[in-house]
Amino acid sequence: MSTAERQLAETIRTEGARILATLVRTVGDLHIAEDAVQEAAMRALRQWPVTGLPESPRAWLTVTARRAAIDFLRREGARTAKERAAVDLPLDDDTPEAVVHDDMLRLIFTCAHPALSLDAQVTLALRVLCGLTTTQIASVLLSSESAVAKRLTRTRAKISRAGIPYQVPSAAELPERLSAVCAVVYTLYTSAHSATAGPHLSDVDGCREAVRLARLVCALMPDEGAPMSVLSLLLLTEARRDARTDAGGHPIVLAEQNRALWDATAIDEGRRLLDASLRRSGGIADPYQLQAAIAASHAAAATYRDTDWAEIVRLYNLLIEVHPSSAARLARAVAVAEDSGTAAGLAALAELEPDQRWHTVCAELLARDGRYLEAIDEMTASLTDPGSVSDAEADHRQRQIAQWTRRVP
Amino acid sequence: MPQYAALTYTADVDWTAPENAADMAAYGEFGSTHGESIRGGAALYPTATATTVRVRGARGGEVVLSDGPYAETKEALTGFYLIEAADLDEALRIAADIPAAWDGAVEVRPVIDFGG
Repeated sequence: MSTAERQLAETIRTEGARILATLVRTVGDLHIAEDAVQEAAMRALRQWPVTGLPESPRAWLTVTARRAAIDFLRREGARTAKERAAVDLPLDDDTPEAVVHDDMLRLIFTCAHPALSLDAQVTLALRVLCGLTTTQIASVLLSSESAVAKRLTRTRAKISRAGIPYQVPSAAELPERLSAVCAVVYTLYTSAHSATAGPHLSDVDGCREAVRLARLVCALMPDEGAPMSVLSLLLLTEARRDARTDAGGHPIVLAEQNRALWDATAIDEGRRLLDASLRRSGGIADPYQLQAAIAASHAAAATYRDTDWAEIVRLYNLLIEVHPSSAARLARAVAVAEDSGTAAGLAALAELEPDQRWHTVCAELLARDGRYLEAIDEMTASLTDPGSVSDAEADHRQRQIAQWTRRVP
Repeated sequence: MPQYAALTYTADVDWTAPENAADMAAYGEFGSTHGESIRGGAALYPTATATTVRVRGARGGEVVLSDGPYAETKEALTGFYLIEAADLDEALRIAADIPAAWDGAVEVRPVIDFGG
């Protein structure tokens, strides 16, 4: 796909989510609305490169999707009043912006409804909010097409049969429901992030889709701090992306990354969002803000040596307090080693349950102290469960072992 | 309006035993609070009274009975309500008021409307 085609596809997908949001409400059926928007998108992708962009792409897509929805409804036989109403859908794009805004919120909160599993929420979001095809979703989530199709069918059936409402939650429910929305965006990013490390090539970039979605949620709820902190974290993480792997796709550790490759614009924006979200939450940080603050701290250091490790250890302590995870504990051990020496880092590690990531961290610390034989043992232990590691990562660990083997006196 | 079955799963309990009077009172309160939404329901005798029936092969095959509930679990099906609600959110809000949800769990399932 050329850049022009990619841009065209992205425009169509962005517009598609808007049109879908209103169509779901008027048609009252997610599946028909989805099929109609997909049909309009396919026609646009076929026709626009030949005929050129229509005067108003949005109006063109809206009308085409509504026509398609009417066709689908007629084919099924309009039964309910809602469906009959949809058949009379106006064939122009006259939906007021405020209504589209509320429809988009309804769609987002439906995707992140707590009665759906997180997997179901993420898959549905990729489909209806990002407008991806089943094939594209499968590549982003490193899943099979049939598994994605099955999950989508099951999710749509649950929404319609169980009667999950198409509405924005009440003010009392909002904080909890909003945190579910943030979890979908964040999970989408982390899933896509691990997929970019895999051998699969995709025509869509799941990480960028997640950033786009985070921006959308922020724009729709500009007064809420939680979406800001997620967008901040995503931007600060995404900013280091080009520096994180070499040309062969091998991971480059933070200490060896070329900081000139970090995206300064994204870092600036991420920092500003972090500050703004902290002001809103009155200084009480949530896990996204703490992770963003850690990323911002790294970004503030001109070189690895300049890193404020004491500050990073402090932030990890807070993060582990509010949201304990083995990844945070491992990262804290690394920060402790940088701040107070390898022995302190190894002592912090000794308190944790070993898994394959633990073995690699332990190996790196041992090697730093010149204890190459022990480091080789630990790195070898990290490779005993190869299924859990991407090919590039396994390759990287093998090269570390080879390097240390040469250094053994 | 859609209907939902709210199946209560709790520790196996004998609702008729006098020591459960306080629990029953809590259910009574739920019943009066949500009387307008409750379309039916029942409290069940303990699982020790359950008999599970299976017919081997096809219809008319050997009837095999087993003494006990369908599944032997720590939390057992102890009763159910039939609830009418505008949508799942309302049904879930009502279900959260069922005392079983506080010390056990309530499974909420949409009821098929056969239009009859």
